[in-house]
Amino acid sequence: MEFVLLIFLPIVAALFIPILFKRIKGIHTGWFVLVIPVLLFIYYTTFIRTTMDGGHAISELQWIPSLGISFVSYIDGLSMLFSLLITGIGALVVLYSIFYLDKNKEKLGNFYVYLLLFMSAMLGVVQSDNVISLYLFWELTSISSFLLIGYWYTRDGSRFGALKSMMITVFGGLMMLGGFILLGIMGGTFSIRELIAESSTFVGHEFFTLALVLILLGAFTKSAQFPFYIWLPDAMEAPTPVSAYLHSATMVKAGLYLVARFTPIFAVSEVWIWLVTGIGLLTLFWGSLFAVKQTDLKAILAFSTVSQLGLIMSLLGAGAITMHTNEAIFSFAMFAAIFHLINHATFKGSLFMIAGIVDHETGTRDIRKLGGLMSIMPVSFTVAFIGSMSMAGLPPFNGFLSKEMFLQSMLAIRHFELFNFATWGVIFPVIAWIASVFTFIYSFYFVFKTFAGKRKEKPLPHEPHEAPVGMLISPVILATLVVGIFFIPNVVGKWLVKPAVMAIQPYQYSHPSEVAVHVSAWHGFASPELWMTVGIIIIGGLLYVSLSKWQKVYAIQPEYLSLNAFYDATMTFSEKGMNRLSRFYMTGLIRTYLLYIFAFLSVTTISVLFIQDAFVVDMDSFSKISVYGVINAIILLLAVAFVLFSKTRLGAIISLGAVGYSVALFFVIFKAPDLALTQLVIETVSVALFLLAFQHLPKLNDHGEKKSNKIVNGIIALGVGVTVTLVALSAHSQKLVASISQYYKDTVATEAGGGNIVNVILVDYRGFDTLFEIAVLSIAGIGVLGMIKLRLARKGDPDENK
Amino acid sequence: MKTNDVILQTTTKVVFFIIFLFSIHIFFAGHYTPGGGFVGGLLTTGAIVLLLLAFDLKTVQKALPFNFTIMTGIGLLLSLGTASGAIFFDVPFFTHAFDDFTLPLFGVTSLHTAMIFDAGVFLVVVGSAITIIQSIGGDS
Repeated sequence: MEFVLLIFLPIVAALFIPILFKRIKGIHTGWFVLVIPVLLFIYYTTFIRTTMDGGHAISELQWIPSLGISFVSYIDGLSMLFSLLITGIGALVVLYSIFYLDKNKEKLGNFYVYLLLFMSAMLGVVQSDNVISLYLFWELTSISSFLLIGYWYTRDGSRFGALKSMMITVFGGLMMLGGFILLGIMGGTFSIRELIAESSTFVGHEFFTLALVLILLGAFTKSAQFPFYIWLPDAMEAPTPVSAYLHSATMVKAGLYLVARFTPIFAVSEVWIWLVTGIGLLTLFWGSLFAVKQTDLKAILAFSTVSQLGLIMSLLGAGAITMHTNEAIFSFAMFAAIFHLINHATFKGSLFMIAGIVDHETGTRDIRKLGGLMSIMPVSFTVAFIGSMSMAGLPPFNGFLSKEMFLQSMLAIRHFELFNFATWGVIFPVIAWIASVFTFIYSFYFVFKTFAGKRKEKPLPHEPHEAPVGMLISPVILATLVVGIFFIPNVVGKWLVKPAVMAIQPYQYSHPSEVAVHVSAWHGFASPELWMTVGIIIIGGLLYVSLSKWQKVYAIQPEYLSLNAFYDATMTFSEKGMNRLSRFYMTGLIRTYLLYIFAFLSVTTISVLFIQDAFVVDMDSFSKISVYGVINAIILLLAVAFVLFSKTRLGAIISLGAVGYSVALFFVIFKAPDLALTQLVIETVSVALFLLAFQHLPKLNDHGEKKSNKIVNGIIALGVGVTVTLVALSAHSQKLVASISQYYKDTVATEAGGGNIVNVILVDYRGFDTLFEIAVLSIAGIGVLGMIKLRLARKGDPDENK
Repeated sequence: MKTNDVILQTTTKVVFFIIFLFSIHIFFAGHYTPGGGFVGGLLTTGAIVLLLLAFDLKTVQKALPFNFTIMTGIGLLLSLGTASGAIFFDVPFFTHAFDDFTLPLFGVTSLHTAMIFDAGVFLVVVGSAITIIQSIGGDS
C-alpha cells in the first residue's frame, strides 16, 4: 500500500468533522476523531520489525516532478519513533479532550479540524524525505498551532499568544527554507537521503556554514530554544489538551527532529557542535531557572518544557561528536537524547493533563491559591507525583535513567580534544548540574505547592473534587509508562531508541544492534553521575525548603529588560513605523500616485536605455510622411494643447475625444482597420461615459498646488513623453529576434482556420491574454458597481479596530 | 431644465438598430475580415450609450430588461468553458477546433470554436461596460 497517503488521512477526515459536529449532537465529536490516531498508531507499529533490523520503508507520491519536489514517506527508526509519538500521544490527547471540552459549549468542529490538520502536518514533517515538502508541512504545523492557540479567540491573551508564536516560528521557518535551498544548490537534489550521501562534498563549500545556521534558526525557533523560547509560555493560552500535545510532546520536538535528521550532514562542523550543545545547555539552564519564578501551573510547565527541550538539544549536539571520534564514552549522548525524548513525552504529557484537570476542577491555575488538594484528588496527585519525580530525575522513574545518561554525556565532553572542547568542556557538566538542581526545585514546587500543605482560606472558584474517570485514563496510562519504562529500559532501547540512533548516525552504525549502550539504574558507588544526583537532591531539597525566602530574587530583573519587552517593542515599532511611512507618501490624491508611477517609469526606462546603450534610430526603416499625416499631427497637437489649457471640464473632455479620434485617423492612414475601428468606438464610448458622469465630477481644482509643483508635473509629463518616443524609435529600429508576423501569415489559414490575423491573435494565438483581459474587465465592472452601490464607507467607521 | 431632443430621439430609434445589426455582422465576420467579439461588443455598447443619451436611464432599462452584471458572468463562463473544453478531448487547454459544414440556407460554412470564445468576449464587453455606465450614470 502507498502509505505516503496515510499522511493525508487526518486532513481528509477533517473534512467530515464539521458535518459530524453539526448533524450528530448526541455524541461528542471527539469519539469520531479518536479513531484516526488509534488506527494510524496501530499501522505504524507494524514498521517496528523493519526498523529494528536497521531497514526502512519508503513510499513516494509525485508532486512537481519537473522541480524535483515530491511527497515521500520515508520511515526509518527516527521517523517511526516520531510517528508513534504523534499518533500515540495524539490518541491519548483526543481521549482526554473529549472530557475536557464540553460538547454543548465549545466549537468542537473548529477544534478537531485544527487538531487533525496538525496531525497530518506533523506526520508530514517527520516522514518527508524531500526538504521542500518538509518545509510545507513545517509551516502547516505553525499555522495549525496558531489556530489552536487562538482557539478561544475572544480572549486577548489567546490572540496575542497565537500571533507571537506565529511570528517567531514562521520567521524561523523562512530562514530554514533558505537553508534548504542552499543545501539544494550544493547537492543538486532536495532529497535528504541523497543529500546525506553527498554530504562529504559540502564541507568547505561557501554556503555550508550559512545553510547550517539558517537550518538551526528554524530548529531553534520551533523547539523554543534561547532566545526564541518566549513564544512558548504565551502559547499556554491554548486549551490544555493542545498544550499537552503540540507544545510539549510533538510540535516543539520538530526542531529536535530536524537537528537529529541533519546531524549526518552537519556534524563535521565545529559550529554545529558548539551551537547545538551550547544553545541547548543555555536553554536548559535558563528555562529551569525561570520556571521557579512562575506562579501559573501551565507557565511552570511551559518553562520546564523549554528547559527539557534544551537538555535534549544539548545531547544531540554532544552526540554529533561521534562523527569525529569513535571513543565509547561519547556514544551515550545520542542514545540519551532519543531516550529522554520518549521519557519527556510521557511525563510532561501527564503533567500537562493534570494541570488541565486542576484548572478544570478548581477553576484556577494560580499556584498561590492552590494547596492541599492531595486528599480530594488522590489519583491526580499520584499521577502528578510520578510525573514530577521523573522530571526531577529520581528513581524509580524513567526520567532518572535518562538524566543519569545526560550527566554522563556532559561529563564526557571534557575528554573531547577537538575544537577547544578540552579547555572549555569543563563548563558543560557544571551548567548541567546547576540546571538539574533547578529542575529538581521546580518539579517539587509544581507538585507539592498544588497538592500538599493546607487548603488556602480563600475559597477556590469551584468546589474541588476528583476528575471524572474518562479524563484520568490518559494521564494514568502515561504515568504507567513512566514507571514501566524504568523497569524495561533496554526493551524500549532495542525496539525504539537504537533504530532511531542508527538513523541519526548512519556514518557509525549499519545495524541497530551495534549501538553498544546498555541502560542500567545502578552503576556502582564509583560513578560520578550517582554523586551528582545525590548532590542535586541535597542542594535542591535545601533550596526548595527555603524557596519562600529567595523566590523574591527574581523581582530584581526589571520588566523592560526582558526578551518579551524586546519582542513587544519590535512589534510596536514596526507597526507604528510602517504606519507612519505609509501615511508619509499616501496622500489620498490620485494625481500624487500618478506622479510616483510616471516618474518611476520614465526614470528607470530612460536610464536602462542609456546604460545598455540601446538607443538607436534607423531612419531608413521609417515610412514616408504623407500630407494627411502632417495635417492629422497638427490637429492632434492642437487638441492636446486644448486639453491642457481648457478652463472648463466639458471643454477638456471634448478635446480629449478629439485627441482619440485623430489617433484613430493615424491607424486609418497606416492601414490598420481593426485598430482604427476599435479606437473609434472606444473613444465614443468613453466620451459618452464622461458626459454621463459629468454631473458627479467636481470642479476643476488645483488642490493648492504651487507653481513649483506645476513645474515638477511638467517635467514628469515631458519625461513620460520622451520615454515613450525613445522606446518606440529604438524598438522599431532594431530587432533582437525576427518578427513573428511571418509565422502568423503562414499559419493563419492552416493552423487557425481564419483569415484576419488580428482577430485570430485575439481568440487563438494569444487567447490567454484575452481570457485574462476579459476577467480583468469583469472585475473592474463589478468593482465599480460595488463601490457605487454599496458605499460601505458611509455607513460606519471605516477603521475595523474601533 | 427640459431640452427638446426630438430629432435625436427619432434618429436614435432607427440608428440604434443599424449599429446593433452592424455590430452583429462585424462579430461574425471577425475571423476573416476586420472585426471580432471585442469590437462588436464595443459597438453594441456604443449603440446602447446612444440610447442612454437620447432617452434617460429608466427608459433604457425598461426597453432592455437585462441584468448586465449577470451577462458579464455568462460571457466569462462561456469563454472559460470553451478554453477548458479542450481538456475533455485530451488536447492542451485552449486548443480550438474548426471545420467546414454544409448548412441549410447558408451553404458551406466554416464553423470554429473560437467563435464561441469570441461570443463570450462580446458578452463580457457589453456587460461590464454597461454595468459601469449604469452604475455611474444612475448614481444620485
